[in-house]
Amino acid sequence: MHVPRVLLAGAAGLALVLSGCTGDASDGAADGNGADLTPEEEWFDQEEFDRQLAQRDIEPEGPEDEPWMQAIEPEWIDTSEWEFDDPGEATVCFSNASVSNPWRVTGFITMEQQVEALQEAGEIGDFQVSDASDDDNQQISDIQAFVDSGDCDAIIISPSTTATMTPAVETACESGVPVVVFDRGVNTDCAVTFIHPIGGYAYGADAAEFLVDSLEPGSRVLALRILPGVDSLEHRWAAAQTVFDDSDLEIIGYEFTDGDGAQIKDLVSQHLQRGAVDGIWMDAGDGAVAGLEAFEDAGQEYPVVSGEDELSFMRKWQEEELEAIAPVYSNFQWRTPVLAASMILQGEEVPEEWVLPQEAVTEETRDELLEVNSGMPSLHYARFGGEDLPGFPEAWEDR
Amino acid sequence: MSTTRPAAERTPRRNPLSMLSGGTATVALLLAVVFAVIATQNPSFFEGPPLMSFARMAAPLVLLAIGQYFVIVSGEFDLSVGSLVGAQVVIAARLIDGDPSRTLPVLALMLVFGLVVGLVNGLVTTVLKVPSIITTLGTMLILFGAVRYWTGGAPTGELSEAFRLAGRGGIEGVPFLGQLPYALIIAAAATAGAVWLMRSSYGRSLMATGDNDVAAAFSGVRVWRVRTTAFVLSGLMASVAAVLIGGFSGVTAQVGDGLEFTAITAVVLGGVVLGGGRGTVVAAVLGALTVEALFTLFTQLYLPATIQPTVQGLIIIAAVAYASRRGDLRLPERLRRRPGHPTERPLGTSRR
Repeated sequence: MHVPRVLLAGAAGLALVLSGCTGDASDGAADGNGADLTPEEEWFDQEEFDRQLAQRDIEPEGPEDEPWMQAIEPEWIDTSEWEFDDPGEATVCFSNASVSNPWRVTGFITMEQQVEALQEAGEIGDFQVSDASDDDNQQISDIQAFVDSGDCDAIIISPSTTATMTPAVETACESGVPVVVFDRGVNTDCAVTFIHPIGGYAYGADAAEFLVDSLEPGSRVLALRILPGVDSLEHRWAAAQTVFDDSDLEIIGYEFTDGDGAQIKDLVSQHLQRGAVDGIWMDAGDGAVAGLEAFEDAGQEYPVVSGEDELSFMRKWQEEELEAIAPVYSNFQWRTPVLAASMILQGEEVPEEWVLPQEAVTEETRDELLEVNSGMPSLHYARFGGEDLPGFPEAWEDR
Repeated sequence: MSTTRPAAERTPRRNPLSMLSGGTATVALLLAVVFAVIATQNPSFFEGPPLMSFARMAAPLVLLAIGQYFVIVSGEFDLSVGSLVGAQVVIAARLIDGDPSRTLPVLALMLVFGLVVGLVNGLVTTVLKVPSIITTLGTMLILFGAVRYWTGGAPTGELSEAFRLAGRGGIEGVPFLGQLPYALIIAAAATAGAVWLMRSSYGRSLMATGDNDVAAAFSGVRVWRVRTTAFVLSGLMASVAAVLIGGFSGVTAQVGDGLEFTAITAVVLGGVVLGGGRGTVVAAVLGALTVEALFTLFTQLYLPATIQPTVQGLIIIAAVAYASRRGDLRLPERLRRRPGHPTERPLGTSRR
């Protein structure tokens, strides 16, 4: 019985050593896992990429100081068939995918505040919410419950995933009430309007272009990604790959972090042990500060960094005078669906696809946004767009 | 092993010690191998600062592994520690909210909270006789949900610099090492304390309870109290780990996710047998270091972090399979100490 034990331990050791060797070989050939800068086909659509990048420069229609009412190249459609006699009595139902991250929490508060404002103005009546906790099956049954109850005069849906939720959205459409979809899309155009910011390609490109412009050729860039397989995040990375591919930057590699500060800090520390890191690209701002702390603790100069309009990052950026950009996935989009629902119930025209502006925070716009959000918690998003709502700022401060 | 057997029969209490040190040696060897492979990938790893940064990262897992060790060796599980760490960090961030003067009261509150959660886990398991895997699964979900509810889904607030000192700071200017992290000192102290505790009469009662709680009860051990204390110790360790993790990286929504399984992986890798009664705390600590070293190695090899759960799963299965292979050897021996069991007696006799 002694022999198998030794054999087992030996085999384990051998496997480790071998894995070390193969790692060596691939390192020599490609220096890490990020050298491949061709986006995966599944996540890259050249046409959509080009459209999003162009949309960044198009002047949106709508009031300048209310970006949540602006639309890029809208095609207005008639909604008179949905006009409701007394909108103040209309019940609006909202099927939410989840409030499982700070971005969604911030957005949902904004939505609730917008609802209150509309209710006071008598433009909508009751507002019913269901939360599916990121569970597709739960959301399908939530939507079915709304349809079965017959109480809803308009249904707003923030789908948890694209493909699985498509039939559920179709069910809602077939029930004969207007449907508004926002944030992630579905594979049907049966909704009256689909509301979303420009998109993930624009986000990833904003971040990558800033790094390319700010860093010397040959600088080493580390990419931090939350997790694979989520379309909005994959699009950001695909766009960054495309931009980096045309540049002279050296992409060390990418790491999946789960958005967990401890993991981010550990990973960045390890990369710093093995060589310089001049720039950090992130697919979302969660934990950006932890990544920067790794540089502090290693006694190294801060990198050029792309984060997000999350306040912890923006405050760090201001305090340490970093060279940084905060790409934005417009959080104020949470207001728009409620406004759209009320417009539809009043028979007003809405854009068929409502593309909201999505403007990265730069050094020029940073301080003003921090001023507006001065009392907000650190996991709040600067472009939340609720400054003119009655609950500002307490509703967002005391969450 | 066969050479030690006659000796073991003469002095039964020695026997567990000798076979446990075998487990410790195995995991120590594994750790050495992993470190050696890391060294081939990153020769500078063993210079002071990178090694200290590894120690700082590993310290919370060491604490959690010690806590988990107490519970597992007593024959139970604690699945709630990951959730507890997450809850503690989120609660601390919200209560401190960047105000340094609240640091100490909140630290005290965290310790009390950890002790209370451990006490509840322990009493529900021992007094209400709910299997611990269910009790702590329930606690895990309760804490997870309660914190979500309390914070509206995502954490708010901010930890103070003073709070973060333990997880982030250290003693500066140490020769060769550069900075000696407080986290390392805390983990080392906890390890020493745990070794001392396991050598005390409490440790022997704990081990006896895990080995055979009926026999332990007959010999005068108050099983419910011993097990409850193990859960309380686990809650305490989770609280200290939360201070270190929060200090290390600040507050994020994902803090603590999956830590319970990493801790169990560490303990199992250290050769501590699930079901209790076997294994040393030093082996559990070495297991924690090995798990952390493996994760470091994966980063060095550019393996995606997403594969980590898969590796954890493989480690758990492989380590338990390996341990039970060793167990085959000893099973008759162990059974011989429990005469009177009709199906076991012939086996023992035939081996003689």
